[in-house]
Formats: sequence, C-alpha cells, structure tokens
Amino acid sequence: MSTEEDSASKAMILLMGLRRCGKSSICKVVFHNMQPLDTLYLESTSSPSMEHFSTLIDLAVMELPGQLNYFEPSYDSERLFKSVGALVYVIDSQDEYMNAITNLAVIIEYAYRVNPSINIEVLIHKVDGLSEDYKVDVQRDIMQRTGEELLELGLDGVQVSFYLTSIFDHSIYEAFSRIVQKLIPEITYLENMLDNLIQHSKIEKAFLFDINSKIYVSTDSNPVDIQTYEVCAEFVDVTLDLFDLYKTPNENNDQAVTRKANRERPRELKNIAELENGVTIYFRQMIRGLALVALIRTNGSDKDSCLTIMDYNVDIFEKGLEEIWANSANKQQALSLE
Amino acid sequence: MGRSGSGKSSMRSIIFSNYSAFDTRRLGATIDVEHSHLRFLGNMTLNLWDCGGQDVFMENYFTKQKDHIFQMVQVLIHVFDVESQEVIKDIEIFMRSLKQLKKYSPDAKIFVLLHKMDLVQTDKRDELFQIMMNKLQQTSSEYGFNDLVGFPTSIWDESLYKAWSQIVCSLIPNMKDHQTNLIKFKSILNAYEIILFEKSTFLVICSSNGNMGSQSKSLLNNELNLDPKRFEKISNIMKTFKQSCTKLKSGFTTLILNDSIYVTEISSNMVCFIVLNDTDQPKEIIMENIQKAKKEFF
Repeated sequence: MSTEEDSASKAMILLMGLRRCGKSSICKVVFHNMQPLDTLYLESTSSPSMEHFSTLIDLAVMELPGQLNYFEPSYDSERLFKSVGALVYVIDSQDEYMNAITNLAVIIEYAYRVNPSINIEVLIHKVDGLSEDYKVDVQRDIMQRTGEELLELGLDGVQVSFYLTSIFDHSIYEAFSRIVQKLIPEITYLENMLDNLIQHSKIEKAFLFDINSKIYVSTDSNPVDIQTYEVCAEFVDVTLDLFDLYKTPNENNDQAVTRKANRERPRELKNIAELENGVTIYFRQMIRGLALVALIRTNGSDKDSCLTIMDYNVDIFEKGLEEIWANSANKQQALSLE
Repeated sequence: MGRSGSGKSSMRSIIFSNYSAFDTRRLGATIDVEHSHLRFLGNMTLNLWDCGGQDVFMENYFTKQKDHIFQMVQVLIHVFDVESQEVIKDIEIFMRSLKQLKKYSPDAKIFVLLHKMDLVQTDKRDELFQIMMNKLQQTSSEYGFNDLVGFPTSIWDESLYKAWSQIVCSLIPNMKDHQTNLIKFKSILNAYEIILFEKSTFLVICSSNGNMGSQSKSLLNNELNLDPKRFEKISNIMKTFKQSCTKLKSGFTTLILNDSIYVTEISSNMVCFIVLNDTDQPKEIIMENIQKAKKEFF
C-alpha cells in the first residue's frame, strides 16, 4: 500500500504506443545509458514497468506494453490515468501511422475524461531514417489527422504537443526535457534563478542537468541551441567517466573521507575545461543528482577572476536550490498529512 | 594489410580521422592502395598504406607490384577477421606477405590484429585468440620473424587504442628520454600518475608508472589498484570530448577535474594527463609547474 501512495505523490509520466514503436528503447536509452544500437535486441515488453528517478522533483516513468487492451474491465486504468501528470504517446513515423492515430484519439478521449489536467505529448519517433523535407510532411500530416480525429470526438479544446524524435541523436533528450519541465511546479523560479546567475557571471548558456539521464531540468531563458546542449551533455559524460577511473584507489578514498571531515561543506564534483577559442565549460554538481553545466565566454577579460566570481555565484545558486527543495519537501509532507 | 572486409579502413578512420565507430559503416571498399601521410609528434611522419583486400588487388601486390609494395617497410600490420570463413586462405596470404617482406625488408616489425572480437562470445575470446596466435607465431617464425606481436581488437571498445598505441610507440626513437623526463616530472609534482598522449590521435605515448607493454606493468597496476585498461579508456573519453568540442568550432586546451585531474597541452603535439595525490594544492602552483615542464622537457 505504501508504495502506491509513494508513486501517487510523484509526477508520473506514462509512456504509451502501439507495439514495436520503440517505447522500451526510449526508456533504456534515456534512463539506462544503453547504446542505441543495442536496443535492437530488446524483447517485447510484457508487463508495465516503472522507472523512478529523483532529482529536484520526484519523477516516475511508466511504460505500458503496446499490445495491452486498456479498456479491459480487470485493468484499473481509471486510477492509473488519474495519477499521471503527462501521457507520452509514441508514433512510429517509418510505419503506417493511421492505426496509431485512431488509437491515440481513443486514449486521449478516455484520459481527458478521467483527468482533465493531464499533459498530452506525442513523439513522432524514428525520424532518423527520414529526409528533412519528409520529416516536415509527416509532422504536418500527423498533426492534422490527430486534430480531425479529436474534432470528431468533440475534444477540440485538448492541447497536444508534438515532438520529432530519434534515439540516435539528442532529440529524444530534448523532447523529454521539455516534457519533464512541464511537470515541475517550481520551473519558473528555477529559470529566474538561472537568468540571474548568467547575467552576473558572463555565462552564455547554463543548463541544470539530471546527471543520470542527461535530461535538463531547467535552463535560462535564452533560446536552446541543440549543439550547445549536446556539448554540455557530453561534458557530463566525460566528467563522470574520468572521475570513475580514478576514484577507486584506496588512498584517494581515505583522503576524501578525511577531507570531508575537515571542511564543513564538502566540495562536490567540479570540472572546468578551457577551449582554444576562449570558451570555458563549467561543471558543478548540485544537490540531489543535479549538475550545473555552463558555457562561459570571457571575451578577453581575466579568466581566473571570472572563475572565482563564477564559483561564488554558483555557491549562492546552490543555496537557493536547497531552499526550494526544502520548501517543496515541506509542502509535500503537509499534503500527505492532510 | 588483410583480406577484404576485415576492417582495415575502419580502423584507420577511427584512429586518424576522428570517425566514430558508427560512421565507419559508410566506408566503401578501398581500391588498390590508399596512401596517407600523418604527422605524428611533430618530427615523425607516418606513411600509412592501406591496401585494399580484394583478391584481384592482393594478387597484384604479390606479383607485379611486389618490389614497390614491400620495399622499405618498417611495420606490417596484418588484420584478421575473426568471423572469416576461410581461415586457411587468410593465413596463406599472411605467409605470402611475410615471404615478400623477408626478401625486401627483413627488419620490418610484424603486428597482427585479430579484429572484430566483439562478435565472439566473451568467454571464448581468450581461447580463440590463443589458438590463432600460436598458429600465426608458427607461420611467422618459419620466415624468420620471431617476435610477432598480436592484439585482439574491436572498433566498439578501447582495445583498438591499446593496439595502435603500442604499434606507434614501437616507432618512436627517443622513448627513453620521454620516460625519464616523465618520471622526474612526476616526482616534482608529487603526482599519482602522469600519462602522455599524442595530441591529434590521443594514443598513449608513455606513462609514469612503468613502460607500456612491459611485464612489470600488470604488477604495478595491482599494487596501485587501478583499472588496467585506463589508458585506452582515457583515450576514448578524451577523443569523444574533442569531437564534441568541434561542435563549438574549437579545440580544447585544458581540463581540470575536482582539482585533482589536470589535462593540458604540454607541447604542440603532446597532451599530458596528470592525476595528483592530494587535491589541496593551489591551481596556480600546478599550472606554473606545468609551464616549466613545457620548456624543460618536451
């Protein structure tokens, strides 16, 4: 019973779609760091599976088998749809998608009736095999047909967002980041905080990453350039991999322990890389599996002083995060007490 | 050299042209011989002859072009596909090239790579490699090449970097100097370990803890409790990072992780990777030391 209550308090994402449209592959690639090519060997999923990851917010991703009939009376789909924050429907763009759209409309109708506040997201998936022109055509076609279906069902007020995704590039991370961001109530504060941070420290772009999945929880209000995102996401990988190589030696471990004891607040993972064109990539671990990755352009001024200011500002930013989290934790406790 | 489809051009593209393993699918068959000249460590030039492996070309190499192909060879890298159906024929071709080498350049070093190891089950890899190496050792000693070195490789993991850095290291003349300088540098910095990489390919040149490929290396690793594959892994990680830097249209100069790992250019063609014992030393002192080292040693 307690586990069910737990999951109810979490923002939950429900991943649905017809069979073989790539749901499990998405899960494995985004949350388990699996190589995209290895997903070819995934078995067909037979029962609903859950992924938990807790960052600033608690998230759960639930994957439903494609061949399941949701309207069987034995399946408690009403309770399920009530508890989720977002419904992600995956459409295989390389396959015939008429069936998928009909299926989607039926699901939306049901979900919307049970839970009107649900976010409905559609991933037009496997676009890596399509040419640029064709991608746009497919997207327009799917959007139009879905609109017509919904109109027929009398649901023309429902907001549906569409994303073009593929597991072979970063588009799937981008899409998931957007979806997750819709579920975070504190998102506006986070964005404001990041905006403040970048104004005062010569930062070009800053991301707040979840380090396990490389989804960004928040970014500043400047437009997101996918290349910058890729570089930052890869930098998270580089940092963690290098750190893992040398963290095991016994003497280093002992030292780390004594160091932690000496200082009141232990410095966490931090990584700074300088590039030839004067750009600095800055990585700092924040609370609860989050990491701040920023691109700094010093433009000729002194690099070291710039970094010192950066360090100071990031410290303040981190304190802010802690406060926000403490607040939201309190709120949740209050809610569960009610 | 090697039979067609064994992965010769893929290897070359990954190590020297910054391809990712996935990109190599786009490579077509090599026609005849593809020459590439690569500057390595500034004053060294590698002439890489990538010989197309189809039978028509192969026949040509051993008959008409033999004096052209096999003259002044320093290193033969023969690639075997582990999945090959015609092992006997593969070995036969290996024998024919050895025969020519014996005649035209008897001092050449011979390396064999058992490639595409990722296609073999993990528990069978060692056994297969041993069987193949014994067989190849036999054939090569028949032609007077006694010290044959072999590596199991795959483009999908770091084994490829390991093989190539040992091959390239065998060509560096002033290896001893690098080694002694590095050990001195290590004691000055009181570092845990220093590794020297070639800048453009990120192949390991030498490390402060024992020689590359020497017997003592494995012993040292046990003592230090370190991952024995770390060199290759670092090569791999740093190369991916370098590639992602190109998206910002720039190369990378320095990386400092947790105040304990420093990666920086030490000369125009070398990068050093320093792991410090204690993390409380100020950054300025370390950077100053590295600056000094640049002038003094390399």
